[in-house]
Amino acid sequence: MAHINLKEGVPGIKSLALFRPETGKPLYALVEILLHGPSPLTKDERELVASYVSYQNNCMFCYQSHSAAARRLYGAADFIVSEVINDIDTAGISDKLKSLLRIADKVRISGSAVLPHDVEEAKNHGASDREIHDTVLIAATFCMFNRYVDGLNSFTPSDRDVYDEMSKRMVQGYVLQTH
Amino acid sequence: MPYIPLEDHLPGITGLLEYRKDTAAPIRELTQILLRGESTLTEGERELIATIVSHRNSCRFCTAAHTAAADILLGETESTAQVKADHHSAPLSEKMKCLLTIAAQTQESGKAVTTQAVQEAKDAGATDLEIHDTVLIAALFCLYNRYVDGLATVAPSDPGFYEGLGKRLKDNGYNRLPQGYDHLKK
Repeated sequence: MAHINLKEGVPGIKSLALFRPETGKPLYALVEILLHGPSPLTKDERELVASYVSYQNNCMFCYQSHSAAARRLYGAADFIVSEVINDIDTAGISDKLKSLLRIADKVRISGSAVLPHDVEEAKNHGASDREIHDTVLIAATFCMFNRYVDGLNSFTPSDRDVYDEMSKRMVQGYVLQTH
Repeated sequence: MPYIPLEDHLPGITGLLEYRKDTAAPIRELTQILLRGESTLTEGERELIATIVSHRNSCRFCTAAHTAAADILLGETESTAQVKADHHSAPLSEKMKCLLTIAAQTQESGKAVTTQAVQEAKDAGATDLEIHDTVLIAALFCLYNRYVDGLATVAPSDPGFYEGLGKRLKDNGYNRLPQGYDHLKK
């Protein structure tokens, strides 16, 4: 049961945004601009960063929803998502994306865990300043969402189909539906 | 030196919020609502939540900035000092101490927030909305602290800098200054 009086049966972040729509609005706006707005990183790459950080933070609601969205965006290459979750080093992704995911995981641990050589490595693999910035901000943002969702013990559905359905709307856009 | 090119006259978070203004807008809006919007918690109490989380995340810039803002708003410096050392012994209401415990648990992990801590806060008179806002403020500062340190922004060593920043946070809140920040160039 949630720690506060959230609407029964409404999952995760949505139940929280309905509890306090005033804060829900900028929270949805932030995730929309970060994951779908202008960025040199593709949408699937950004969902991958969100999924990886959420998984490492053990936030199952955010992990399952964002990994479902990432799979949908990767399409035929959807196996990439589980490869990354299992082991970044052996996943079938570019060296640049690997180094960005390593930075994301450092951010998750602590901001000061990101060291100059982590950034150097990403730059050597062709990452731009903006890609590094966006990776750090996505990782930091999911450190917020993961804590918000679990800190109030909001509802985490166990049925995988729920997340698959959810991801159809997520890839269209992060819009708070108030009904 | 920051990992990406940021403006020299804007240390800490400000340079980042000016680097990418489209993502800064909802972050600023959220912060303004949570820390300066209508609430049964005072602005000073809410700054204490920002302070304890930033301190526990070892984020020097955010800790100094929100300590300064809280000190100005509370009109004393003992609360921030105690909150960073041991919030249970701070000169605060029982309810506020319970909320700070929830904030400290949130800083660790969402899953670290215990039913017992929430119950104790409720027993001390905390409302659902106060508990909600405490968790969200704590979570938001987990974002800020990582953003600020993850890109190695500069934390000035001059205490005077934070006094000025604390005053700006009291007078202007978290909205972007209408005139921007060019006047801070020396």
